[in-house]
Parts: sequence; structure tokens; C-alpha cells
Amino acid sequence: MWPAGRRMVSVVPRLAFAAARCTATASGHAKGEYSTDKETHFGFEHVSEEEKAQKVHKVFENVADKYDLMNDLMSGFVHRAWKDHFVSRLQPRPNTRLLDVAGGTGDIVFRYIQHLRYASLGARVGAAASPQHTTTTDSSTSDSSSSDSDSDSSQRLYEISVCDISESMLGVGRQRAEALGHRGIDWVCGDAQKLPFEEGEFDCYTIAFGIRNVVDVQKALDEAYRVLKPGGRFMCLEFSHVKNPLVRWAYDQYSLNVIPPMGQVVAGDWASYQYLVESIRKFPDQETFKEMIEEAGFRNVTYENLTLGVAAIHSGFKI
Amino acid sequence: MLRYWGVSLLRQRGGSRHLVTTTAGSTQATDTSNREIPITLKPNTATKDSSYGSSRGSELLGIGGGLGFTPPDQEEEAVKEPPLYDSHIRTNAFQKAILTCGAAAAALLDPRRHDMVAVLGETTGSKALTRLYARMIDDPEGSRILVDKPRINSSTIDLDALRKLPTDSLGRMYIRFLEDNKVTPDSRLPVQFVDDPELAYVMQRYREGHDLFHTVLGMPTNMLGEVAVKWIEALQTGLPMCYGGAVFGPLRFRPKQRQKYVSVYLPWAIRVGRTARLLMNVYFEERWEQSIHDVRAEFGIEPPPV
Repeated sequence: MWPAGRRMVSVVPRLAFAAARCTATASGHAKGEYSTDKETHFGFEHVSEEEKAQKVHKVFENVADKYDLMNDLMSGFVHRAWKDHFVSRLQPRPNTRLLDVAGGTGDIVFRYIQHLRYASLGARVGAAASPQHTTTTDSSTSDSSSSDSDSDSSQRLYEISVCDISESMLGVGRQRAEALGHRGIDWVCGDAQKLPFEEGEFDCYTIAFGIRNVVDVQKALDEAYRVLKPGGRFMCLEFSHVKNPLVRWAYDQYSLNVIPPMGQVVAGDWASYQYLVESIRKFPDQETFKEMIEEAGFRNVTYENLTLGVAAIHSGFKI
Repeated sequence: MLRYWGVSLLRQRGGSRHLVTTTAGSTQATDTSNREIPITLKPNTATKDSSYGSSRGSELLGIGGGLGFTPPDQEEEAVKEPPLYDSHIRTNAFQKAILTCGAAAAALLDPRRHDMVAVLGETTGSKALTRLYARMIDDPEGSRILVDKPRINSSTIDLDALRKLPTDSLGRMYIRFLEDNKVTPDSRLPVQFVDDPELAYVMQRYREGHDLFHTVLGMPTNMLGEVAVKWIEALQTGLPMCYGGAVFGPLRFRPKQRQKYVSVYLPWAIRVGRTARLLMNVYFEERWEQSIHDVRAEFGIEPPPV
């Protein structure tokens, strides 16, 4: 659907960018982005920006192969519901370009594709204008035959880029995409603070459980603003603060006492999960984060709490 | 008297060599800034006070203990208590309980998870380690090990030099053991969950000495040999993890192995475990050239069954 020429122009310089960046630093981190003097937090530890960048990268290299399993165990499978809800709030439409940042293992993009498939399935059923029970079987068979080619045909169902700092995470994502049969996803290794994309490239920018790990959150928000088209939507799913003191106490006890030991038992890595739990507490709360999003230039910024504030969806528009 | 003085001071100062050899009254003896011992009291870079004891406020805010979260008004002062040694992770009783159950389940479900067996040993072994420490301090060779804190890995031991020793020597037998069973002295994980640097060293020494115990006892690393060594270690050290391994290991024996185990290996192991001197007191690094038969005779170890 997109004119081939235009696609080539935007893709070629970006790919050159991404390749050079990843081999140069051995991770997605942008060179020269991080200072060795400015202090920030790594969990509860005080470190320089450069150190934090390296440590975060190391955490994700370590956890990549057990990442999905640990997510299931730590959240009691609830993270799946959160992501389902997030994507339904996103209301995927065909012919929109999506950028999923810190989307390494592909949870968001695979759900996005599922939504589009079901949406197009519904459209075919409606268009046929015959009783549902006879058409659903027809359209399901035709859907399965076209699903292999939905990314190859001229009528592309989706245009998705996934950007992540860690090659290991992207590797897991690519494997899952192959297993599920999703083709045509663009897996890019890059830094949320310096995205290897042109200005105004995307209709939608999502980041799920990733912005907490960015060294300078405001810079990542500014970058999000930059790569979005006017009218584009920014959506962020992230752990946030629980208001209710009793629930917060229980949540803290669980986080600090159960999650790191679980990380040790399942993945042999206490430290990464200790970092995870501490970084959640260091992240700004719902209102503060909303203000940060507004500072980047987004308007109509809203947020929605999930599970009493354990997670929150923030949404803003570039208008 | 040295014994009591040694125990209390060793425990407080992390076994600094200086304290035992310097005369009393010398104030330099207590200078702990330039020690060369393997287990260092690493001050956490995040804290301003590097002393052992932290203020009550930071105790409350210590991760893994106390309240478990930082009250908003004290957030800027949240400091973690420093680890007691490199690779130390502080854990409270609840976390230890979870680690114990999780590690036991993981080790039983997947026997290749040696790290889980190690964790299990650390979380359940504190009483046994204390008793073991006391027994090592009592013995002259054992107390020297506790002071020197030697480590066994490929950078501390010259494996090539050991290879050149005479055939029956401890060193040569050790190399032969490593080669026959295709193991390396570097595969032992550092201790993480023992909350005392001295006991952590004892645990580390136990872990690193395991291959040497095999050598001295003459046991191979097949299932039978491992269970036999575990019995001896259990009877000598008292570590619950050793008892666990000794009891659960034989469940996976085949009938012929079980028969050999019951008739030969188990009685031998129990005899040796009960009568031999504590193997943890063998200062292996001083005995590389010694004949293995002499070592066995000195420690009262019955030759292994053929």
C-alpha cells in the first residue's frame, strides 16, 4: 500500500544507523548519550548515567531467555491481562504505523496483530451480509489462507517496528514471531533516548514496562514526540504507585520478599530481579509522569490505573 | 586462651592475619584498610558510613528486612546495609524460606540444577556451619585454614605443577580425578546467602574441597560415589543439604546399584563418616606432595571398596 519508493527512502538510512550503532557499542545504547558525571538511580543504588546504561543492558542480556516465564510467575499471569487491556485501549486500525519501544520479546506487537486480524475478520463477516454461522467458517478458512501472506500482500495488514536496547531480547522476539507465523515485523536494536528513526514516522508509539529502565525518562518522552506524526498517539504501560496503604504494604512485601528469591530459583539471578523491584519504586507516580508527558509536548494526557495502581496506562496525543 | 581470643576476634574482624600474629597493644594490628584476605568486607558505595553497624534508620530501611519499603519522607536516606563479603546477598527469614522451598523443588525436578543444591545448602546450613566452624577452630590445622582462607580454583592452584608430582601423591591423584571425571575446580559458585563472612568461608571451603574429598576418599563421581561422599560429608559436617542428598540420591538407583550401595558402599561410608577425622581440617594446599595413603592413614580413612 505504501509507495515502494517512499519506504526505501525512510528505511535505508535508518538501517544503516541501527547496524552501526549496535556493533559499535555491543548494545543498543547510543554513543555519547550518557554522561559519567551525572548521577541517577539504578534501583536504590546511586550510579552515574553511563553506569546505569550499562547495568540495564546487562540485566536484559541476563534475563532474556527466562523473561516471559518470569513475567508469568511474578505477576501470576496478570501481566497478560494488562497487556490485552493496553492493546484494546490502543484500538489498533489497519494502515497505521506502530513503533513499540523496549518491546523486545514482542508481547505488545503480537497482541496488536491479533487485534487487527480479528478486526479484519469481523469486517469480512459484516461485508458478506449473510447469517453469521455460515460465513464465520468461510472467513476463518479464508483468513487462515491469507494469514501467511497478510504482511506480504499489497494490502499489508500491519506496519510494525520493534525497537529494543538488547539484542538478546530481540532475538527472543524474532523466534516467537517465527513460531507464531508473524512476518514483516521490523526488529531494530536502538536506544529509546536516541531513536534511529526519522521525525514524524509513526502513527503510534507504545512502550510497555520499558520506560522505567530508561536512564533519562524525559529524553525518551521527547524522542517519542519527535518520531510521532502530528495527531499521533503515545501510549505507555508501566508499573506505578498504589495509593491504598494496605494494598501497598502487601504489594511491597510480595515484591521485595518473593520476587528476588523467585528470580534466584527460576533464573539463577537475584540481582536482576532486585533491580526490577527497586526500579518500580523509584519511578514517578501517575500524576508526576502525566506532567512529564505533558512537558514533552503531548496533549490530552490521561492515565488509567490497572489493578489498583500496580500498573497504569498513560496516553497522550501529539496535537 | 588463644582459642577463645582467636574465635571472638576472628569473627569480628573477618579473620585478619594481622590480629593473630601481631602482639597485643599494637594499634596497627587493628588497621583493616589494607587486608589481603579473600573475603573482604566490601563497603557498599552507596552508603556513607562504611562501618558494620548501621543506624537504626537504615536498618529499618534495609532491603530484604525491616519494613520492606521506604516511607516517603525517609526516601532520600534509604541506604542498603553493606554486604558482609563479595557476593553476599542479605535475606530475611521469609526470603530464606522461599529460597529453601524453591531450591528444593527445582533441584528435585531438575537434578542438573547444582546451583539450587548450593542455595539449599546455604539457606539451611547456618547451625551446622557454626558447629563446623567451632570444630575447625579447635584443630590446629583447621584453624590455620580459617586464618589463611585459601581458595581452590584454577588461578590459585598450579595444576601443571601438580601434574608433575609422583603418582601416589595427593596432588597427582587430584589431577587424575579432575581429568577422569572431566570436572574443573572453577565450577563452584560463590556463597551468597550465608549471613556471616566466617561461616561463608567455611561453606565456600566445603564446596571447593568437595572434589578433594572425592580424591582422598577414592570415590568416583558416578551416582554411587556421590552418595557415599554425601553420607560421609553429612556425618562429618552435619549440613542438612548433605543429608538430603544422601537420602534422596539413592531413590534413583537401579537395582544393581542399589544392591552394591546397601551391601558395600553404605556401610563403608557410615564407618568412615563416624570414625575418620574431620576432612574439612585437611589443609590440602600443604599436602600436595604427601602420599595419598599417608593422608588416609593420618585421618583414619578406610581405603575405598573396589
